Amino acid sequence: MFERGIAYRYDGSLDGFLCCIFESYVRKEIPAMILSDQAPQGVLYPEKWIETVPQQADRVFASLSRKISKEAERIIQTVFLTCLEDKEMHLYRFIRMGYQYGAQVTNWLADPTVHAIRQAMVHLQNEEQKIKGFLRFSEHQGVLISVIEPKNSVLPVIADHFCSRYPEERFFIYDKAHRLGLWYEPYQAKFLEIDSFLPPARGEEEKEIASLWKQFVKTIAVEGRINPRCQMTMMPKRYWNHMLEHADQLTAKQRGTWKKTTAEFCDTGFQGKSRIMEEKRQ
Amino acid sequence: MEKLSILSDAAKYDVACTSSGADRGGQKGKLGNTAVGGICHSFSADGRCISLLKVLLTNYCIYHCKYCINRCNNDIPRAAFSPRELAELTIAFYRRNYIEGLFLSSGILKSPDYTCEQLLTCLRLLREEYHFRGYIHVKAIPGSDPALLYQLGLLADRMSVNIELPSQQSLALLAPDKSRHSIFQPMGMISHKIEQSTKELAKYRHAPSFVPAGQSTQMIIGATPDTDYQILKLSESLYRKYQLKRVFYSAYMPVSSDALLPSVNVKPPLLREHRLYQADWLLRFYGFQADELLDDRNPDFNLAVDPKCCWALSHMEWFPVDVNRASYEMLLRVPGIGIKSARRILTARKSRSLDFDGLKKIGVVLKRAQYFITCSGKRMDGLRLTPESILRNLISEQNQKNLPSKNWEQLSFF
Repeated sequence: MFERGIAYRYDGSLDGFLCCIFESYVRKEIPAMILSDQAPQGVLYPEKWIETVPQQADRVFASLSRKISKEAERIIQTVFLTCLEDKEMHLYRFIRMGYQYGAQVTNWLADPTVHAIRQAMVHLQNEEQKIKGFLRFSEHQGVLISVIEPKNSVLPVIADHFCSRYPEERFFIYDKAHRLGLWYEPYQAKFLEIDSFLPPARGEEEKEIASLWKQFVKTIAVEGRINPRCQMTMMPKRYWNHMLEHADQLTAKQRGTWKKTTAEFCDTGFQGKSRIMEEKRQ
Repeated sequence: MEKLSILSDAAKYDVACTSSGADRGGQKGKLGNTAVGGICHSFSADGRCISLLKVLLTNYCIYHCKYCINRCNNDIPRAAFSPRELAELTIAFYRRNYIEGLFLSSGILKSPDYTCEQLLTCLRLLREEYHFRGYIHVKAIPGSDPALLYQLGLLADRMSVNIELPSQQSLALLAPDKSRHSIFQPMGMISHKIEQSTKELAKYRHAPSFVPAGQSTQMIIGATPDTDYQILKLSESLYRKYQLKRVFYSAYMPVSSDALLPSVNVKPPLLREHRLYQADWLLRFYGFQADELLDDRNPDFNLAVDPKCCWALSHMEWFPVDVNRASYEMLLRVPGIGIKSARRILTARKSRSLDFDGLKKIGVVLKRAQYFITCSGKRMDGLRLTPESILRNLISEQNQKNLPSKNWEQLSFF
C-alpha cells in the first residue's frame, strides 16, 4: 500500500464508513481524510464519493470481531457515535492497527490513536450517564415528551435504559443536536430522523408537578454548604437549558449561546467552532 | 406544596442520596428499573447529588435529640404526608424522570412501631398498587419491632440506621432517647437477614430478596470531641462486622443552640469531612486499615494533605515502586494512582512497557505520583527528592500560605 492524497466522502452512516475501509483495502490506498456528507466542502485533496453497499459493509463488520476482537467491534461502534474530531481517521488507523496486530491493540492505552479513541469513549459514557439523569419528561395527552441536546449522539445508547424503565408508557425523546428522535410505545421502539421538533407548552397539571419539583430542589440544599462551583462541575451548565428546575437560572443570552455551541460543534466539527469564534469577535 | 417544603427541608440533613447497589431491569406491566451504579438526576445548590425524593413522612417527633432540627421542643412548622399522597407524588416524579426513587424517613409519631407501620403502608402502596420497581431507601426506626423491620426490608432496596454520634458518651449526652443498643440491634438484625437472604437466593431463584442494596449509616462530625481515629475505627468495624455498604459522614450544621453543642456561629468542618471520606475510600477500595492511617499519637488527619499522601510520606521505605512490575495492591498505595488508573496500568503493561508520558495518558496524576514511582527503573527527569520538598509540593498552593513560614535570612555578602 502506498499513500495517495485522496479524501473519501461517505453518507455519514456506520455502514458507509465501513465501505470506506473496504474501498481503501481493495484499491490499496490510504485516504488522507475521510469526510461525512455533513463535513464542509472544499478540502485540498481530490475527493472520491464512496457508495454505501450493505454487502461490503457486512464483510468489513464481520472481520472486526474475527480479526481483531469482539471488544474492538464494540469500541468501533461506540466511538462512531462520539463527537471526536476527525473520528473517521482515528477509527481507520485503529482498524488498520487491529488487522495488523490483532486483539492486543485494545490494550495499548498509551498509544496516541488508542488513547484518543478511549478518551472519546469515556466522554460518551460520561455524557450518557449524565443524560440518563438529567433528561426530563413532561406529559402531553398521555405521552411523555423530552428534548435533549448532547454533544455525543447518545440516544441509541440510552434507548434501552428508558425502554426498560417505562415499559407501559408511550414516550418520545428528541435529540436536537443530532436531529434524531426515539419513539416508544408498548412494547416497541423506533428511531426517527426529524429535522425539527418543538415540544408543546406545559399544561396546568404539568406546571403544578414541575413547580413541586422546583420547590423540592430548592429546599433540599443545605444553606451552610452552598457551593455553586461544585454544582457546576457535577452538572455543567450546557445541560441546564433542558432541565426545568435550572433553566430559569440561565440568562437569555446564555440560553442562546449554548444552543449554538452544542448544535454546531457536532454537526460541522471544527468549522462550527471557528464560526463561533468569529461571532464572538464581532 | 407547603407540606413538601417542610418535609424535604426537615430531611435534608440526611446525607445519603445514593441510588446504587441494586440492579433490576424493567418488567412488562410495571414501572421502573434500577441501575447498579445509581443515577444522579440533579445537583442542588450545595453541589450534592439529588437522586432520590428525600422526604420525611412526618416531622412530628416525640424524641428530643439535641442536634436534630425536628426535636420535640423545637418550634418549627410541622406536617405529615398520608402514605397515599407520598406514593402518588413519587410516581408523578418518577414517570417524568426527575428521580430514581424514594428516600423515606420519618420522625417518631406516637411510637416507633406506629411510625414503622405508616412507612410500611406507603411502601406497600408503591410496590403493590403502583407496581413500582424503582429504588427505595428506607430508614429503620430504632426501637421498633424486628418483625416490622423485616417487612420493610422485603420492600426496600436499602435500609439505614443512623448511628448519629460516634461514641456512647456523645450519644448519652446529646440523644438521651437513643442508646447504643437500640441502634446496633436493628443493624445486626438487618445484616443477619441480608446474609440469610443471599444464601436463600443462591438456592432458590424466587426466594424473597431482602434489602438487595445493603445497608448504610450516617454519623455527625464535629458536634462532639471524638477524634478522627475513633471515627475511622468505628467505620472499619461497621464494614467488617455488619457488612455495611456505606458509612456517611456529615459535618455538623449548627441548627440549634444548646450549651452542650458547638455555638451556632461555628463553621461546619467541611474539610475534615472530606478527609474522612477520602480515608473511608482507602478502607473500602484500597486495602488500607484504619491503624495504618492514624494512631493514638496522630489521632486526627492532616488537613493540608490527603490521607494517602500522608501515609506515603511517612512510609518512604516502600517507595519508589516500579509501575511496570509492581502488584495491583502496591500500585493502589501510590498517591496519584486510583482504582481506574491502576487497572489501566495492568492492562496496558501486558503488551508494552509504560513510560511517564504513557502514564499521563492513562490518567495517573503525575503531579503527585512522580515522587513515588519509577518507570522501568528510571525516575522522572529533573526531580529533587527530600521528604520536606515533596510535602511542600504536594500541598496545594492555597494551603501553602497557611504553613508556618520559615524565617528567611538575608545573606550577608560582606
